[in-house]
Amino acid sequence: MDQFAVKVFVRLRPSVLDPAGEATKSASIKLGAEGIKSLRIGKMIEVKIEANGENEVREKIDLLCVRLFANTVIEDYEYSLEKL
Amino acid sequence: MDNFTVGIVVFPGSNCDRDVSWALEGCLDIRTKYLWHESSDLSDVDAIVLPGGFSYGDYLRCGAIARFSPLINALDDFVKSGKRVLGICNGFQILTESGFLPGALVANKNLNFICDDVELDIVSSKGGWFNNRDEKQTINLPIAHGEGRYHCDSDTLKKLVDNELIALKYKINPNGSSFDIAGITNEQGNVLGLMPHPERACDEAIGGTDGLFTLKSLILK
Repeated sequence: MDQFAVKVFVRLRPSVLDPAGEATKSASIKLGAEGIKSLRIGKMIEVKIEANGENEVREKIDLLCVRLFANTVIEDYEYSLEKL
Repeated sequence: MDNFTVGIVVFPGSNCDRDVSWALEGCLDIRTKYLWHESSDLSDVDAIVLPGGFSYGDYLRCGAIARFSPLINALDDFVKSGKRVLGICNGFQILTESGFLPGALVANKNLNFICDDVELDIVSSKGGWFNNRDEKQTINLPIAHGEGRYHCDSDTLKKLVDNELIALKYKINPNGSSFDIAGITNEQGNVLGLMPHPERACDEAIGGTDGLFTLKSLILK
């Protein structure tokens, strides 16, 4: 069994309004940051997982993303993995 | 009312379970039974209410963790058998997360937790959950939510409209919901999810009785 570190990014789909992102964008501009065109907030989930090879990790993480980490009605996900 | 029993599901973090029980037992004389979320035996209840609150602290997304409870797993057969399920507020969020109803509920457009009374149009008679014998009847119910903005893609919205699955619409949209949606049913009509709280509008002394009809309709076959 190998151990992998996986970073999952869950983001609201582009078509879904992100009011928290909008509020943070507005605060960023008040802080004096210039040039911000868009700001959207997502989640990053770190998982350490054991599996036999990369394919098995992807299988497990895909299932977790679709069933739990993301609600695919409103969110997209992507992930990167690193063998430890 | 015979032996008809409404099961009220209690998750860690539910906080409207007692209110629903009070409204059903005290105002409508309907027997209730609390169902702990870890039980999967639904054999002695005839209808189910998923009450409002913050199941599992709303961690990850509202309703996202609750859908994995043994009780929600058992709900599939219950719904397929045609028995009635009412999801109020967090209960509505759980019903969408678990796929019993389409769409999702996301953060209110203005990011405020909104606690208010709202006017609602009864749009559909599907399932007999609302008294709309007069065309376009309006009712008043309280809302209390931070994540009540109904969202779905355009195909789903078309399906909701075409199949008359939109039960309730806000007269003045408080949270940015698509199409002013406040409540929807499944295609069979035996599952209703809504953000407003009918159980908080069951007694004149606390501001109205417009919620009585919906709770009473739990006993419809």
